[in-house]
Amino acid sequence: MHSILNRQPLSPNVTRLDVNAPRIAQIRQPGQFVIVRLAENSERIPLTIADANPATGAITLVIQAVGKSTRELVALKPGDAIRDIVGPLGHATEMIGSGRALCIGGGVGTAVVHPIARGLQERGVQVTSIIGGRSREWVVFEPELRRLGEVVVCTDDGSYGRKGFVTDAARDILGGGGIQIVYAVGPVPMMRAVAALTRPFGVRTIVSLNPVMIDGTGMCGGCRVTVGNQTRFACVDGPEFDGHQVNFDELLDRLSTYREFEQRALACAEGACRLGIAVVESSTR
Amino acid sequence: MPEKISTKQRLQISRQKMPEQKSAARAANFEEVNLGFTEQLALLEAERCLQCKDPRCMAGCPVGVHISTFIDLLAAGKIAEAARSLLCDNALPGVTGRVCPQETQCEIECVRAAKSQPVGIGYLERYVADWARAHRDQLASAPPAASGRRVAIVGSGPAGLTAAGELARRGHEVIIYEALHKPGGVLVYGIPEFRLPKKIVQQEVQRLEEAGVKIECNVVIGRTYTVPELRERFDAIFIANGAGLPVFMEVPGENLKGVYSANEYLTRVNLMAAYRFPQSDTPVLQGKYVAVVGGGNVAMDAVRTAKRLGARDAMIVYRRTAKELPARAEEVHHAGEEGIRFEFLTAPVEVVGNEKRWVTGLKCVRMQLGAPDASGRARPEPIPGSEFILPCDTVVVAIGTRANPLLTATCPELKLNKYGNLVVDENGMTNLPGVFAGGDIVRGAATVILAMGDGKRAAKAMDEYLQRATAAKA
Repeated sequence: MHSILNRQPLSPNVTRLDVNAPRIAQIRQPGQFVIVRLAENSERIPLTIADANPATGAITLVIQAVGKSTRELVALKPGDAIRDIVGPLGHATEMIGSGRALCIGGGVGTAVVHPIARGLQERGVQVTSIIGGRSREWVVFEPELRRLGEVVVCTDDGSYGRKGFVTDAARDILGGGGIQIVYAVGPVPMMRAVAALTRPFGVRTIVSLNPVMIDGTGMCGGCRVTVGNQTRFACVDGPEFDGHQVNFDELLDRLSTYREFEQRALACAEGACRLGIAVVESSTR
Repeated sequence: MPEKISTKQRLQISRQKMPEQKSAARAANFEEVNLGFTEQLALLEAERCLQCKDPRCMAGCPVGVHISTFIDLLAAGKIAEAARSLLCDNALPGVTGRVCPQETQCEIECVRAAKSQPVGIGYLERYVADWARAHRDQLASAPPAASGRRVAIVGSGPAGLTAAGELARRGHEVIIYEALHKPGGVLVYGIPEFRLPKKIVQQEVQRLEEAGVKIECNVVIGRTYTVPELRERFDAIFIANGAGLPVFMEVPGENLKGVYSANEYLTRVNLMAAYRFPQSDTPVLQGKYVAVVGGGNVAMDAVRTAKRLGARDAMIVYRRTAKELPARAEEVHHAGEEGIRFEFLTAPVEVVGNEKRWVTGLKCVRMQLGAPDASGRARPEPIPGSEFILPCDTVVVAIGTRANPLLTATCPELKLNKYGNLVVDENGMTNLPGVFAGGDIVRGAATVILAMGDGKRAAKAMDEYLQRATAAKA
């Protein structure tokens, strides 16, 4: 059991949980993830490790409440516990040792970009961050990233920072030259757009993928993604890949596999489901 | 006490049938198909054993169960002694009594097979094992003297559990590291409830824990800890982390929605209990027309699972014929009874889908058998122009697994073969002193019982290694 040490809401549906997991806190590296399973009947959910404190044994998970399972997770209070946490899984982020990097975070993805930006900054890389959200209240990790370098905030509605998408700001910065590598973590359409933007600039672009996953050790193959026309498993070969090689359309499509189940699970959690069996028997497509 | 009966009387008893759930009922539930012998059936079947002076059945058993001994004790009504004998040879008899391919191992060697049918060794093993689980208090044994040696086992599947039991019995402190959240490996994520109830695995694991084995779940060796780290903390290591990665067909359309590896499909249903969705949070697509590619036990498990999840048509697509099916005979027989369709001499060439990228069919080619290949089996060859589309909405790929590099990549000194499997000597030791390995990570995809045989052999060698190390230190 892993007790919740601290809980902090960051945006209307994004919550930060600091969870006791000493071994993982001790050895995790930027880019790696854990799989959590809240309770006996819960799903296994992959979550990128946003931060860790080896002294307190805490790892930081930043969770966007979208389905039943993530809603249950963000509802946890200090003193509650997560039944299973396994990790750290996946490879550490590929980092450069000097020069300039552009880190782009969209929504909850900003929490994943933050440890990468810090790792780069610690290596002496000059870091510029672009972070985006629907509106002001959806922008997260801004103060943390400001400590590491310049930050450009973009909101869809212009309620804070620059109005528009992160790609608009990225285009300007890339146009200025000098960027050696781009890291982009956020919704799949955002990462796809960033990769399309950086391709003509010839700037290496790393994205962090979040496909459907069960075991996280390569055993199930559910997280397979096509990278450079080859099938790769995000859990053991990734989760970060060369954004110019990733088939984002396929990833986006595969992520929709269980949409109906997710809606049904939510409906059940909200009390709309009286008899689970009857629900299961309805068609899935 | 029953009187000893003559050989002639023994020969007159015919093989007892395993009581089972009716096929129509069981194809719609996940409860165990075989119901187990009653005491009367068990005693009758036990009396069929001729008690050969030189029993060949035992030689056919990868873990060397003294088969005629436990059967003799059972026939004599000494069931506690039969259980003790069986448990001494086999750490997981409740598992092997259910999933072993007896027909190619012990029972094929039975002298009675020639003129009638072999003794139902698997059925009797299961009976004694089930009795043993229900009467644990009568089987308690004194704990062994502690050796002061510590052993780490990587993986809690059949090889790891067997080795753990053997090593704990010899007084060594044993810790098993399991990557998933539940112990059992393939016994819990792979083999379905209707063939091996999870409760039985749990109880057999519990018996090992009571014997002193510690199990730490959620630890991935190669990530949470590495083998070099374990070598610093333990006197010996047994690596039994399984085969790992699923093999896909590498045909177009394999990443369409509705295509699963058998590992994923079975893990969702077995480990994650997706058949109870939404009581259980993990979903699984409940295809109405499910094509399972492959002919082994995993393929049978997947296709029978599909049927139980409500498939109208659940079919096996296999490139050879019924004769070459590598699956256990009983599974093929049960599958047939449950209405599973077999498309033999058929090989998929493409998964086809609709505009929304959902699977709508499997494009296949018909095959014919040609000259024998390296494995000695007739090589299937495609018949030109025979392509056709098998309509289906779900495809499960059950054509094998390959070695998972997660552990070995973080211990590059370990010697691997060209497939990435660990290379071991005749004692199961790798090229690193004190580091042993067994099961699928050495063999590639094999069976539960062969993995257990590896676990048993390695445990014996590890015990000797630890004794030598102790002597050298003294």
